[in-house]
Amino acid sequence: MNKKQKKKLIRILVTAALMAIFHLLGNASLLPETGAIRFAAYMIPYLIIGHDILRKAWKGIRNRQMFDEAFLMAVATIGAILLALCSGSGDYLEAIAVMLLYQVGEWFQSYAVGKSRRNISELMDIRPDYANIERDGTWEKVDPDEVEIGSMIIVRPGEKVPIDGIVEEGTSTLNTAALTGESLPRDIKVGEEIISGCINESGVLKIRTTKEFGDSTVSQILDLVENASSRKSKSEDFITRFARIYTPAVVYAAIALAFLPPLASLLMGNAARWNEWIYRALTFLVASCPCALVVSIPLSFFAGIGGASHAGILVKGSNYLELLSRTKIVVFDKTGTLTQGVFEVTGIHHSELSDEELLEYAALAESGSSHPISRSIQKAYGKPLDLSRISDMKEISGEGVTATVDGRQIAVGNDKWMAALGIDDIKCHSVGTIVHLAIDGQYAGHIVISDREKPHSREAIRRLKASGVRKTVMLTGDSKAVADQVCASLGIDQAYSQLLPADKVARVEELLNAKSDGEMLAFVGDGINDAPVLRRADIGIAMGAMGSDAAIEAADIVLMDDDPLKIAKAIRISRKSLRIVYQNIVCSITIKLLCLALVAVGLANMWIAVFADVGVMILAVLNAIRALFVKNL
Amino acid sequence: MKKNFKIDVDCAACADKMEVAAQKTAGVKKATVNFMTLKMTVEFEDGADVKSVMQEVRKNCKKAEDDCEVFI
Repeated sequence: MNKKQKKKLIRILVTAALMAIFHLLGNASLLPETGAIRFAAYMIPYLIIGHDILRKAWKGIRNRQMFDEAFLMAVATIGAILLALCSGSGDYLEAIAVMLLYQVGEWFQSYAVGKSRRNISELMDIRPDYANIERDGTWEKVDPDEVEIGSMIIVRPGEKVPIDGIVEEGTSTLNTAALTGESLPRDIKVGEEIISGCINESGVLKIRTTKEFGDSTVSQILDLVENASSRKSKSEDFITRFARIYTPAVVYAAIALAFLPPLASLLMGNAARWNEWIYRALTFLVASCPCALVVSIPLSFFAGIGGASHAGILVKGSNYLELLSRTKIVVFDKTGTLTQGVFEVTGIHHSELSDEELLEYAALAESGSSHPISRSIQKAYGKPLDLSRISDMKEISGEGVTATVDGRQIAVGNDKWMAALGIDDIKCHSVGTIVHLAIDGQYAGHIVISDREKPHSREAIRRLKASGVRKTVMLTGDSKAVADQVCASLGIDQAYSQLLPADKVARVEELLNAKSDGEMLAFVGDGINDAPVLRRADIGIAMGAMGSDAAIEAADIVLMDDDPLKIAKAIRISRKSLRIVYQNIVCSITIKLLCLALVAVGLANMWIAVFADVGVMILAVLNAIRALFVKNL
Repeated sequence: MKKNFKIDVDCAACADKMEVAAQKTAGVKKATVNFMTLKMTVEFEDGADVKSVMQEVRKNCKKAEDDCEVFI
């Protein structure tokens, strides 16, 4: 509880106590039934509990900002007091009780929102407070912002890694739970890249920083999470617009309720019964507050995004949570998404040279490429490369490379690349990625490389289907044979193979055009080479994004680790949040309208009205907080 | 240019009023208020003086919602 909340709680308790005392005094005939003394006595608790509302309402009127909650409550309670004065009943208790209950509701709302705000920020608490750097032979704690690129920092066990870098000394295990939601510790040793936001568990690590704090993974994630709900969802917009129309409409309806029936009754020659109709109109005002909606809808989204981020799923805005819940088609990139992207050389065929030599040429020619295929060839070769032997390297993305090695013209690439260069290649019967090699325009053999499926891919597809995804599609630059084999083994509906990066966009556009408007298409990629597709799809999901700036930039939803099961989880989280949002919208509006109708026909008094108002709000807020719990989804 | 400001406000409806008020201020291209993170994101018109525009934003917010604060 903060200071404001404590103060309000004291006011609430004092008012309740005074009300009880006056009521007992009245019963014991120590307080007059009517008259100035009674009025003065009851005004004390009324002003204690209501003075800020009255002041706010007054300021609102002066600034021409009427029709807010304070205005409604002020009008309703002052009206009730005046009625009690005029009719001589001396029943001021009702007005005070209404104000009291309203304040209780406000207090609870402020407490609940503050509490969930803190809970959620704790979930996202990955911000490192300091970095240890060496100064004059001693280690000193400094603000991570002040550490320059290339500085040496030290991270002791139990501390957070503050800045991205490379380990120079020490081995340890890292807890990445705060980033990925994955509790399995990860080993790290000298020479490996280390990502900020992880917690060092066992050994002391010396790290050479490679980025500034502002560009480090942890800053980027925090930035993303903090700005997440500035992109508002349609439901939130709806509620905002609804509230802007609703409150004035209710005030006019209340005015009509106060004057029209008595006037009509007068015209028909009956008694006007002004008191009764004005009382009903005031009750109508009390019942009408839209706070249940206005508070609970953004809270549901906020809680959903918070819960998701705890599971290692970063959602860039509540609008994406909403879109994700309507996902019916999921398109995957194959490499790095469904398969591990760790290619292994599984065969060398038709080679004119020794296998060793062929690999050496291929590795040298591809040495400038960071494509997973190139890396696997370099890995299979396994010896350091003498880069001075290579010149004139050219790479055509999705096809292959040419380079001059030891003065000989080497071409490495797929069959399209060979065809483009006018070289006859020999087709391979193995399933896998085939890399052809030609030396000085003569075919020299091919290397077979295959990828392994991720252990969870099959289960992930099954769960997607179970959570209502209609169609799964796989896009790949690989050959048809590989694509069909992966497709069949994972249970994917459709595959498009041999695609260049630009073709992937075209395929996704085709799929986008073919679907109906209410269905959303999500594209899942690893962020390497597929940024345009991530942007083009209704929802772009990047996975394994720890440390990849481009993917975080282009995607709408970022999975911190590369487990495909998280896709289904993300969809289920979004469905749960949206379900809660709709429950709150429908229930709140229904109860409100029902209550207003009961009040209008005179079946509910002010007590019931304020109970309905505060009660619905409390239920809606509690329901909204449910969105935070996503562990078992 | 876009900038984030910390705000303090008690209810979601009030936050919405601040958003409308900030949006109407001269020199502001787009303003969004996030009640949950208590942040206001203001996108300024080209060539607007951030400091004086924010003073106005703060004044307008105070007018629309008495019990609020924008930390400039």
